[in-house]
Amino acid sequence: MLRLIRSLKELYKYRMLIRNLVSRELKARYRGTILGFLWSFFNPLLLMVIYTIVFGFIIGPRDPSLGGSPWLYALFLFCGVLPWTWFSSSSLESANVLMVQGNLIKKILFPSEILPIVVVFSNFIHFLFGLPILLLFVPIMGKTFTPFILFLPVVVFVQFVFSMGFSFLISSLTVHFRDIKDILANLLTFWFFASPIIYPMTFAPIQKSAFLKVFLNLNPMTHIMQGYQNCIFFGSLVRWKRLGVTFLVALILFFVGYYIFDRLRESFPEEV
Amino acid sequence: MIAIDVENVTRIYQKYSARHRFKTFKSALVKGDLFKALRPDELVTALNGISFKVEKGTTFGVIGENGSGKSTLLKIIAGIAKPTSGKVSVQGKVSALIELGAGFHPEISGRENVFINGIMLGLSKREINEKFNEIVKFAELEEFIDAPVKTYSSGMYMRLGFSIAINVNPEILLIDEVLAVGDASFVPKCLDRIDNFRRRKKTILFVSHDLTTVEKICDQVIWLKDGKIQIIGEPKRVIDTYLQDIAHKQEDDFEVRHKEIDLEQKWEEEEREKRWGGREIEIRKVTLKSLDGQEKHVFAPKDGMIIEMDVKASSQIKDFVFGIGIFNSKGVSCYGTNTHLEDFEPVSIRGEGKVVCKISQLNLVNGTYYLDVAVHKRDGYPYDYHRNLYSFLVSSRYRDEGVSRLSHSWSFSPQIKIKPPK
Repeated sequence: MLRLIRSLKELYKYRMLIRNLVSRELKARYRGTILGFLWSFFNPLLLMVIYTIVFGFIIGPRDPSLGGSPWLYALFLFCGVLPWTWFSSSSLESANVLMVQGNLIKKILFPSEILPIVVVFSNFIHFLFGLPILLLFVPIMGKTFTPFILFLPVVVFVQFVFSMGFSFLISSLTVHFRDIKDILANLLTFWFFASPIIYPMTFAPIQKSAFLKVFLNLNPMTHIMQGYQNCIFFGSLVRWKRLGVTFLVALILFFVGYYIFDRLRESFPEEV
Repeated sequence: MIAIDVENVTRIYQKYSARHRFKTFKSALVKGDLFKALRPDELVTALNGISFKVEKGTTFGVIGENGSGKSTLLKIIAGIAKPTSGKVSVQGKVSALIELGAGFHPEISGRENVFINGIMLGLSKREINEKFNEIVKFAELEEFIDAPVKTYSSGMYMRLGFSIAINVNPEILLIDEVLAVGDASFVPKCLDRIDNFRRRKKTILFVSHDLTTVEKICDQVIWLKDGKIQIIGEPKRVIDTYLQDIAHKQEDDFEVRHKEIDLEQKWEEEEREKRWGGREIEIRKVTLKSLDGQEKHVFAPKDGMIIEMDVKASSQIKDFVFGIGIFNSKGVSCYGTNTHLEDFEPVSIRGEGKVVCKISQLNLVNGTYYLDVAVHKRDGYPYDYHRNLYSFLVSSRYRDEGVSRLSHSWSFSPQIKIKPPK
């Protein structure tokens, strides 16, 4: 434990490097595209359009809490899809990052945990770019903000810790088990549908099935997604206890992930 | 004061084998040890009980063949790899030139890469700002610094990498064979910079195959062989021992090659270009020897060589000429002669005998040479002709060129200041 805290302190010294690597990542990402940074806005927007067409107009919103309006449903979707994109791209990129940037680990004295940290951070920045669009659409779709939106940073923080822990875990294990990359892609699709993103928790079939309810409640992402929906869409108070427990889980994941990363660290230069 | 202290360092690598990874992984998590669960035959010992100390302000060379553990040693000193056992302590800031530009991102400009690479190597943003112009100037990239690095040539890439690393201004500089890729004008510039480091009493650890440079700039040299220290000491002595070892190895190689020639075998049609003739007189064995009679295949230019042929004539023959020819690897005939050209008068040969040609000094430049031996009639009809069947190596530290090393000497009038070789 002491060693972990020492390593984390050590990391603080590298904040400059992390900042520069994140900005490099962002710059490099859209280099050569015409729209450049605008893609950070367009990507979630286009995704939302697709979901709105499919689930709003073709299938149609089936939950009464969404008022049967495809537009409201689109907003509801966006509340979940935007943070989910942050989580899933962070995880997918983390699975690769140690191998892709293997040169750094092999040739330069460089704390390798910086790599997944940079991944989570740069995806977090993309998330931040998408957030104003989401917030802009709230009044457009006829919803009003309530003071509970002030809890949004809390939810973001819980997700940050959770994503970070998951990225540590995934990135270090993938070095030894390359299969994780493929498993992860499928797992994330499943996880997406197993979290209340395209449907609300109040959806009738879920409420009727005890199994589904327990299952969804065991999924930490459920509470994070609900956090966003409560803050932004429903304008209600986040569910403190559940979010609190989720935060604890996120913290545990963070430390376990970091512990495993730290344990495997010395094997990276040979294996990547 | 000791700048680098390496104490009994051993580094073991795991041979790549996917089957045992799970086992390893479990032991890695439980014990924090990656190697315990593996059998010895799955391990490779890259370094084996290495200990040495480098005084502050000295230049220390590391030589050895490929795979002898030089780079591993450097990585361990740089802190990139961890020793399996043993301890390394380093006093002062280290900059490692292991792979130049290792952290460059191809999509962003040289300017941005200088900053990020500099930070990675331990500079602060302010320090980079101060040194930025110097870095760019040294790399000769003023015009291209705002272009993405992916548009750089490999030389430009390497120059920028070197320039950043050298401007980190470390106490200890680790250099791993990076100068091998530079062009003719950049390498002297780098060497100048390294010299400058030495004058400022910084510590340098220099890994190279360029023995001349090693001898020139190093105060001490360590020779690694199969992960062990063979000898540490004064450069000339270590390099000479190393070269002797290489010569031994080459000697063995050539000896094996020589032994593989089986003159007893039936020479098939397609091998006619290597050996032909009517075999009325047969060359049954060819041996290369040094002047003191030892069988030998690696020679220095000043050495002599004895070519010994065992011959056998099945009946009495009165017309015969013995000849030799030496060719270099480009196929250029370096020397050829025979008994007829030198006006020997054949009388008769019958049964077994020995022909010995003694060359008192080879005087050839470095390289592999091929030997022709032949016995034929005066009009050219071949009894037995062996074409390029035998080879030997001339190896020396001279770097002169051409075909033959003509014996020569230099002298200068007093107003010309020139230092003789060490």
